[in-house]
Amino acid sequence: MKLPVYLDYSASTPVDPRVAKEMMDCLTMDGNFGNPASRSHVYGWKAEEAVESARRQVADLINADPREIVWTSGATESDNLAIKGVAHFNAKKGKHIITSKIEHKAVLDTCRQLEREGFEVTYLEPDSDGMITAAQVAEAIREDTTIVSLMHVNNEIGVIYDIAAIGEVCRERKVFFHVDAAQSAGKIEIDMAAMKVDLMSFSAHKIYGPKGMGALYVSRKPRVRLEAQMHGGGHERGFRSGTLPTHQIVGMGEAFRLAKEEMAKDHQHCLDLRNRLWEGVKDMEQVHVNGSFDQRVSTNINISFAYVEGESLLMSLRDLAVSSGSACTSASLEPSYVLRALGVNDEMAHSSIRFSVGRFTTEEDIDYVIAKVRTAVDKLRELSPLWDMYKDGVDLSKIEWAAH
Amino acid sequence: MAYSDKVIDHYENPRNVGKLDDNSNSVGTGMVGAPACGDVMRLQIQVDDEGIIQDAKFKTYGCGSAIASSSLLTEWVKGKSLTEAAEIKNTEIAEELALPPVKIHCSVLAEDAIKAAVKDLRDKRGE
Repeated sequence: MKLPVYLDYSASTPVDPRVAKEMMDCLTMDGNFGNPASRSHVYGWKAEEAVESARRQVADLINADPREIVWTSGATESDNLAIKGVAHFNAKKGKHIITSKIEHKAVLDTCRQLEREGFEVTYLEPDSDGMITAAQVAEAIREDTTIVSLMHVNNEIGVIYDIAAIGEVCRERKVFFHVDAAQSAGKIEIDMAAMKVDLMSFSAHKIYGPKGMGALYVSRKPRVRLEAQMHGGGHERGFRSGTLPTHQIVGMGEAFRLAKEEMAKDHQHCLDLRNRLWEGVKDMEQVHVNGSFDQRVSTNINISFAYVEGESLLMSLRDLAVSSGSACTSASLEPSYVLRALGVNDEMAHSSIRFSVGRFTTEEDIDYVIAKVRTAVDKLRELSPLWDMYKDGVDLSKIEWAAH
Repeated sequence: MAYSDKVIDHYENPRNVGKLDDNSNSVGTGMVGAPACGDVMRLQIQVDDEGIIQDAKFKTYGCGSAIASSSLLTEWVKGKSLTEAAEIKNTEIAEELALPPVKIHCSVLAEDAIKAAVKDLRDKRGE
């Protein structure tokens, strides 16, 4: 077992060795190193072939046409290109955008920038399970709405949105629909031929591909027009200029090919381990899952250990690589904005940990994690005045705390 | 983030964890902080008839630095008079534990806790 045990697959995955092998073949003099845009020699043609083959592999995972895939540097760039691209191109039609309060910062900060430019943004509120419904979207759409942007799977709490239903609403009201699928691709079925989604963002490094690589799906039917963010050379049909990084693209292609081939296996593997982890801690007192348990991706579980503060818990869990919902290392001591939007109370939000498992997680890893977590939580509760008060039957919400 | 060895030592082996009888006239309790901020400290002191602190106990909900600050404080106040204890400065705690700037508030909270405990005891005794 490798320590610390890595349970942060939602942050990034290791590159699959099969992917790394393909990538290494595109770097050196002996390999496929040419510029895919070079038209005058075989080095360029071979590189272009590899890029187009990878484009097919990415398109295959989501049942799309390869011509609908635009290479980018990652999901953040894809989100920027989709939202700013559509908003700017359609600014004459309207300047209203719809998103949610619990999107990734790549979407929220992009929307904030558009607000500074004079656009108006509606931020939908999730329910206490973290869900956002098609009815909420329908209600928020106005005459001047041009784009709705929602994630497929939430990065912190792992809940899955019904993007098929939301897509129906958007199409009916003639509003573009963008979905950030960084956390869902390779984990749940995505069928672009069936779903009415106009734009979709992907990242390679969330599914065993390299960092610094992503893609944006841009629908051809109906045709989506975008204003490019990056100019120079007119690569990617003018959507995104810049020399194509063959090795990165080939890595993403292979990662997506493997994801398609092994999706059922990966899913069952992750589900078993995720459930094993939950079974191992759920009998402890005052332990709660954040976000819907049922509408959840198999790789994620976000748990609050009440009356234990997240940063001190992580200090006890130095042999685990996990993510805390509380950004306590900053001076602001702000708990996660996602959990806050769900209405999770402060002491619960401060005590949340996101565990995310993946292809290379083992049962041994999980059993080790369960033992470590139980010991740490017990120890810290012994130290916690809030736990004492809970045990004495004191209602913490009734106490007037002196905020500092 | 990196913690100093002293913070880790107090975190791994916290001194004087526990609870004293809040109803006793010789016990003063200081509870400071708020769950919303991610820090709550409860510091208790027990004094003899001469007003010397004989025992101190704490429980803290918070990060490693907050736990260490309160644990250290319980060691320091034992044997001190109430006046001496109330004079402990947060900067002394921060220095002893080598707290980084973002964790200075933990030492401030500890200073607040001992002051509150002393005040509680004096109020109880009608001083």
